Amino acid sequence: MTAFTINGRTVDVSAAPNTPLLWVIRDELKLTGTKFGCGVAQCGACTLHVDGEPVRACVFPLAGAEGRSITTIEGLSEDGSHPVQQAWVELDVPQCGYCQSGQIMSASALLARNPSPSDAEIDEAMRGNLCRCGTYLRIRAAIQRASEA
Amino acid sequence: MTTHRDTLLLANVSRRHVLKGLAASSALVIAARWSPLLADDEASYGAEAMPHGWVDDPNVFIRIDEDGTVTVVNHRAEMGQGIRTSLVMVAADELGADWQQVKVEQAPGDEETYGNQNTDGSRSMRHAFDPMRRAAAAARTMLEQAAAEQWQVPVDECQAGVHVVIHAASGRELGFGELAAAASQLPVPERDSLTLKPRNEWRYIGRDNVADDVPLAIDGEDIVTGRARYGADIHLDDMRYAVIARPPVYGAQLASVDDSAALEVPGVVRVVEVPGVGQPAGFAPLGGVAVIAENTWAAIQGRDALDIEWDLDAAGDNADYDSDAYREALEQAATAAGRVIRERGDIDAALDQAEQHLEATYYMPHMAQAPIEPPVALARIVDGKAEVWAPVQHPQAAREGIAEQLGIALEDVTVHATLLGGGFGRKSKPDFMLEASYLSQALDGRPVRVQWTREDDLHHAYFHAVSVDRLEAGLDTEGKALGWRHRTLSPSIASLFAPDPEHKQDFELGMGFTTVPFDIPAMRLENPDASAHVRIGWFRAVYNLPHAFAIQSFAAEMAAAAGRDHRDYLLELLGPARQIDPRDVNDSWNYGEDPARYPIDIGRLRGVIERATEAAEWQRERPAGRGLGLAVHHSFAAYAAVVFDVAVNDAGEVTIHSADIAFDCGPQINPERIRSQMEGSCIMGIGIALHSEITAREGRIEQDNFHQFRITRLSHTPHEIRVHLINDDPELALGGVGEPGLPPVAPALCNAIYAATGKRIRRLPVGDQLAG
Repeated sequence: MTAFTINGRTVDVSAAPNTPLLWVIRDELKLTGTKFGCGVAQCGACTLHVDGEPVRACVFPLAGAEGRSITTIEGLSEDGSHPVQQAWVELDVPQCGYCQSGQIMSASALLARNPSPSDAEIDEAMRGNLCRCGTYLRIRAAIQRASEA
Repeated sequence: MTTHRDTLLLANVSRRHVLKGLAASSALVIAARWSPLLADDEASYGAEAMPHGWVDDPNVFIRIDEDGTVTVVNHRAEMGQGIRTSLVMVAADELGADWQQVKVEQAPGDEETYGNQNTDGSRSMRHAFDPMRRAAAAARTMLEQAAAEQWQVPVDECQAGVHVVIHAASGRELGFGELAAAASQLPVPERDSLTLKPRNEWRYIGRDNVADDVPLAIDGEDIVTGRARYGADIHLDDMRYAVIARPPVYGAQLASVDDSAALEVPGVVRVVEVPGVGQPAGFAPLGGVAVIAENTWAAIQGRDALDIEWDLDAAGDNADYDSDAYREALEQAATAAGRVIRERGDIDAALDQAEQHLEATYYMPHMAQAPIEPPVALARIVDGKAEVWAPVQHPQAAREGIAEQLGIALEDVTVHATLLGGGFGRKSKPDFMLEASYLSQALDGRPVRVQWTREDDLHHAYFHAVSVDRLEAGLDTEGKALGWRHRTLSPSIASLFAPDPEHKQDFELGMGFTTVPFDIPAMRLENPDASAHVRIGWFRAVYNLPHAFAIQSFAAEMAAAAGRDHRDYLLELLGPARQIDPRDVNDSWNYGEDPARYPIDIGRLRGVIERATEAAEWQRERPAGRGLGLAVHHSFAAYAAVVFDVAVNDAGEVTIHSADIAFDCGPQINPERIRSQMEGSCIMGIGIALHSEITAREGRIEQDNFHQFRITRLSHTPHEIRVHLINDDPELALGGVGEPGLPPVAPALCNAIYAATGKRIRRLPVGDQLAG
C-alpha cells in the first residue's frame, strides 16, 4: 500500500508501486482533471504538484508519492480563484482546453517559486507543456497577468 | 469531364460501403457536397446540400425553464473553435436572453433531429447561424404571443427586452421564465413570418469578450478547474480498459498471437482479437489484438507483453513503403505531364517565348493531426442498445457505423459527444468508437474504454497526404509573368473509401490548386498520378496546405527573379479587384457553397495583403539577417494573409519576432474566438514549417512520440501575433474560421527565411536545412 495526501485528503492505494501516478489518479481515484497526452513526459498534459514541485505524473511512479503531498488541478483552489486560473479565464486562454490543466499546474508552480518571472523564465518553465491549438501567446500573457495579481 | 467521372466514382464508393456496412457517411458527405450532378439536380448548396441539412425548430434548440434559465442545445462538436459559446451568442441575441441566465447543452448524435452535425470544413457558423437565429426568433415570438394572451392585448404591443417581455403602453413586464410554460404550448410561427433583430440590437454577436468584464467563453471555468469532461473522463461502474495492438503496416493482418505473458500481467483480464477489414479501411477499425484490463496501465503493460506475428503479405506493396523513396518517385513523376485540370492560353509557347524560365519543386511530408487528447471511446451495450461516449467530430458517422457493426437499428445507438481535446480532422473518423463498441459486444455489453496511446495515434493516424508540387513560370523582359505550369501530386483521400483512384479528386484540387487566383495569360494545371500506401485523411485545411506552400513560395521566387518587391508583384499576379465564378476556373466544388454567393473575390485577397503588409511596416528596412515574408490564401470561403518578421543567426536558428495576420471571413460573429483561431493557426503553422514530419520505412511509421513528431512549443512562439480582422460586412456571406488561417503560414515563414538569409526552403519541414 502507498499512502499519500492528495488535494488535502489522505489516501491509501494498493496499485503496484511502479504504476505511474497518472493512472492511479485517473482510474482509481477518479480525478480526471489531470490528462494523458504522451506517456513519456513529452507533452506536460499530466503535470501536477508533488510537494509543490511540478511533476509529470505519466512517468512518476506511485512509490515516489509515499508520504508526500500531491496537488492536482482540482485542488489548486477550491473555487477556481487561484490567480493563474483567474488570469486564464480573463484572457480566454483555452481553446479545446485539454492541455490547460497541465499548463496551469506548470504556471502556478513557476509563480510559487518565482513571483515575477521574466519572459525567458516563462519560456523555460513552460517549454515542456505542449498545446496543439496554439494558445501559447495567451499563456504567456496570463502568467504575466497572474504575476501582477 | 473529369468532374463527372470523379463524382460517379465516389457515388459508387458510397453505395459499396453501405453494402459492406462500413463508413458510409463520409463518402456520402463528399459526394453530396461537391457533386455537380447533385447540385444540378437539387440546385442546392451550403447547409441545404449536407446530409440531413439544417433544422430551425425552436423546440429542438431552445428550452426555457420556469426559473428563467434558457438552455441552448449545441449540435456541433466543440474542439476549441468555440462553437458552444458562439452559437449561444447567436441564440441569446435573437431571443433577447441575458447571458447570466443562459446555459448550453450538448446534443447527442442525431441528425434526423438536429440537422447535419459533421463538424469539419469550417462550416459550423457558416451553416448554423441562420437556422439558430430563426429558432431563437421563433421562440421570442412565442414568448411575446404568450404575454399578449395573458395581458389580453394585441401581440404587436408586446416586445421582448432583456429576458422579459414588455408591454410599453401599460409598463407591464413578464419574465421569460414566467411565460415559458404558456409559450411552450403555442404553435411554432411560420418561418416567413419571423422578424430577425437588426444588427444594432445585438448585445453579444460581434462583441470582443476579452475586453469586457465578463468573458463569454462558456467552458472556460470548467476547463481551468479540471471539471470539463473529455473523452476519457467518463466513468461507468464495472468498466474495463482496453488498448489495442494494431497492424504496423496499412492492410496487414494478424497471423498469430501468443498472449500467455500478457495474461500474466496483474490486472489483465482478457485478450480479444479485433477483426480488420483490409483496404480500403474507410472508418472501420484496423483490427489487431485488444488487451482488456482493470485499468489503463495494466492494459498498456499487457499489450507490451503480447507476442504477435503479422501477415504482411496482406498489405501488398504497402509493406515496402518508404517515404523518402516515394518523394523521389513523385519528384520524378512531376517532370512528365499529367491529367489536365485547367488550361488557359498556350503554355508551351509562353514558356518558350519567356526571357526567364523558372522551375521549382516543393515538398510537404505526411503529418499526423496529433490532438493532445489521443482518440478514446467508451462503449456499453444494454438490452441490445449501444451507448458510446467519445470526442467525436462526426457523431452521425459513428452512429451509422456502430449500428451496422452490431446489426442493430440506428435508433438503438446513442452517441454522446464529449468535449474534444483537439480534433484537426482526426476525430471526424470514428474508427476508435467502433473499436470500443466491438469490444463491449465481445464482453457481453460490459462498458469498455479503448484508450489510444500517443504511439498509436502517430502510427495509425489518417495521415495528411504527402505532396509534391512542381511549378514553372516564364517571365518577360520586365519580369512580368507570361506562363504558369503547376503539377500537383498527392495520394487522394478517396483511397480510404475505394480502390485507389491514384489521382486527386476535384474537391481536393479545389483547395487552392484549381482555384489559383493569378491572372497570367497562359496557365496549365496538371495532376499526375500518385498512389496511397497509408491511410490518408483530413488534416486541418487539408490540401490547401501544400498548394498554398508551393504557390505562395513560387510567387515569391518569381518576384525575386524579376527583381521586384514581393508584395507589389503578388498584387500584380492577382490583378485588379474582381469576382471570379469558381466554375469559370473549372472548380465545381467551391467548398460546397453557392458560387454566386461565394465567388473568388480578388479584391478581398488584395485587401488582406494590404492590411497585413501595412501593419508589418513592409517598406521599413530591416537589418542584415532579418527579413519579412508574406503569403496569402483563399480557402473555406475566407481570405487570409500573413507577414512574418524573422531573424536567422549564423547557426541557422530562426527567431520569429512577430506575425501580422489579416483575416477576412465576412461577418464576425465571435471576434475573440476568430482571433484565437488565427493565433492558433499561426502557431500550428510554424510547427508545420519548421518541425513536423511523419516518415515511413518498410511501411511502418518511424515517429513514436512528440520527441520525434515535433510540434510548436512555447519557446518557438513569436512574442507578438497581431490579428487584424477586416470586412465585418453584413452584406457578405459568412466565411469559415477554423481552417483558412493555416495555409498561408508556412509559405510566409519560408519567404521570411528567404528574405533574411537568401536561402529558399522548398522541402518541409525546415528542420536543420539552415544549419551551417
